[in-house]
Amino acid sequence: MKRREAGGLAGAAEGHTASRQAAAGGRPRGTARGHEALAGYLFISPWIVGFLVFVAGTMVYSLVISFSHYNLATGDLRPAGTANYEQLLADPRVATSLGNTLFYAVLAVPVEICFALMLALLLHANRRGTGFFRTVYYLPRMTPLVATASMFLLLLNGNTGAINQALRLVGIEGPQWLVDPTWVKPSIVLMTLWAVSGTMVIFLAALQTVPRELYEVAELDGAGPVRKFFSITLPMISGAMFFNVIVLTIAAFQVFDQAYLLFWRDQSNTAPEASLFYAVYLFQQAFRQFDFGFAAAMAWLLFVILLVLTTIQAKIATRHVYYEGAR
Amino acid sequence: MKTKILLTGFAVLFLYPLAWLIAASLKPSGQVFDNALIPRTVQWRNYVQVWQELPLVSWLVNSVAIALLAAAAVSVSSSLVAFGFAYFRFPGRTFLFGLVLATMMLPASITMIPTYLIWKQLGVLGTWVPLFGANLFGSAFYIFLQRQFFLGLPRELFEAARIDGAGYWKMFWRIAMPLSIPSFVIVFLFEFQASWNNFQGALIYLNSEGVEDFTAPLGIAYAMTKYSPTAGGQGDYQYVMVASLLVPCPCWSCSASANAISSKAPPPNPPSPADTISASPLFALIMKLVS
Repeated sequence: MKRREAGGLAGAAEGHTASRQAAAGGRPRGTARGHEALAGYLFISPWIVGFLVFVAGTMVYSLVISFSHYNLATGDLRPAGTANYEQLLADPRVATSLGNTLFYAVLAVPVEICFALMLALLLHANRRGTGFFRTVYYLPRMTPLVATASMFLLLLNGNTGAINQALRLVGIEGPQWLVDPTWVKPSIVLMTLWAVSGTMVIFLAALQTVPRELYEVAELDGAGPVRKFFSITLPMISGAMFFNVIVLTIAAFQVFDQAYLLFWRDQSNTAPEASLFYAVYLFQQAFRQFDFGFAAAMAWLLFVILLVLTTIQAKIATRHVYYEGAR
Repeated sequence: MKTKILLTGFAVLFLYPLAWLIAASLKPSGQVFDNALIPRTVQWRNYVQVWQELPLVSWLVNSVAIALLAAAAVSVSSSLVAFGFAYFRFPGRTFLFGLVLATMMLPASITMIPTYLIWKQLGVLGTWVPLFGANLFGSAFYIFLQRQFFLGLPRELFEAARIDGAGYWKMFWRIAMPLSIPSFVIVFLFEFQASWNNFQGALIYLNSEGVEDFTAPLGIAYAMTKYSPTAGGQGDYQYVMVASLLVPCPCWSCSASANAISSKAPPPNPPSPADTISASPLFALIMKLVS
């Protein structure tokens, strides 16, 4: 890939500039260069405008809003000092929702990683007919979350749901998934596991890059399957592992659709407090209470938390990730 | 053999909810909750009735229109930007491309409120504009994909075009674009799907409009409440099931065609779904952080 880049288009631009100069009959070198640069800026200008408005602009604006009170009637922003941030500390539901989200992330990320890795290993070990299984496993991933939620709302029902009915067959009385506060997060994890194949596909792609010779050499040395997994497979796919952990962590901290659809859909909320996730509370504050200042402050707190977490994960990874070409 | 058995077991687990959904969509209202995979009474009428019970036609039309606009906008603008990054050399190119990748890390909640206020200022709340407008300016993931593709095109093509007197625009529009159709279509299909599934966006921008103006995901959420037996609804949940089965169909066909394209006509850097994810800009960015 790298070699291609060098010889491909990037080179073409150079050649183009050179021949262009020749064609222009010894026009000063700077003009052609300037021409090319200008054209380049023109081509990327949609993104530059979008970045200035929808990324840089909104980030600054969001910071300003977080230090203001928003008046819904007039649409004015009134300076509020640090009032919104003080309210973050004072509001017990911020702590509750943050706790719920943290708990969910700690539960969901390892479970998803293990399940996805197991499926990928199974698919990789299978020689023929993998295409069929891959399609079947990928189907849930391609299903809109709303459709998934409308199904799981019934499947997870404590009394009539198919999941508890199946558990009853083996003599287990299943929990009230959607009512019992202890089982709220596991039910969302269960729903997420059904669509885990996005993570699985990345593991599968990584597994396919592990050179077979490594296993052959290890076998000659008498390594068993467990030893091979921990000494070869796991280190060789550590890049994909790291990627998945980060992506799933970020997703877990922003979990919204599932929680909203299963618990907070109707306004007459009898939803258990255990299902109040950070993104749900933020959404409610922003678009139900229209307390934009407070919601923006919440968003910045989340941003800082994610930034710290990702940095820590990156630090850990520097020591443990093997990345082809990096070393 | 053991792996085959395990794989089949998991396949059954993954397919069970879908089989259950198909069965539930055919049951009369009293039997939706009985979990039988073969309905005791098959009621084909559900598939006719649902169109009268719910404004499903409007929802589908809205969703299709928004998804087409979103996909068209993002695939054209991202290609344009990607060509700029792939072909031209200009001061700050590496830095700017790094910035493109970095935007992937930004949590959506940071920009959600200001973006809402921007659309409010422009007076387009309640229209489709907020649901595709930002796509006119390209999107990091797709810019990355298209750039990778353009970088793989042979330089001779462009030199030949230049000798024929083609300008930069012609090179993009007449050479780069036609050649990149496979990856262009994949970008289009990816975004079509993403837009089709977008629930939170519709919830923010269309929820206060009439039911007719909803998109398909928002409509299903509405139907879930309307027919949910627990929320004092009418309990005709089979209509929700029919809708939940119809709405994913475009997604399933999108992913099937994306798969077919990437496996049948391998472009210079074939972006199969697996590769595109592991070669995603976020991945590249993370690896940069690590090394």
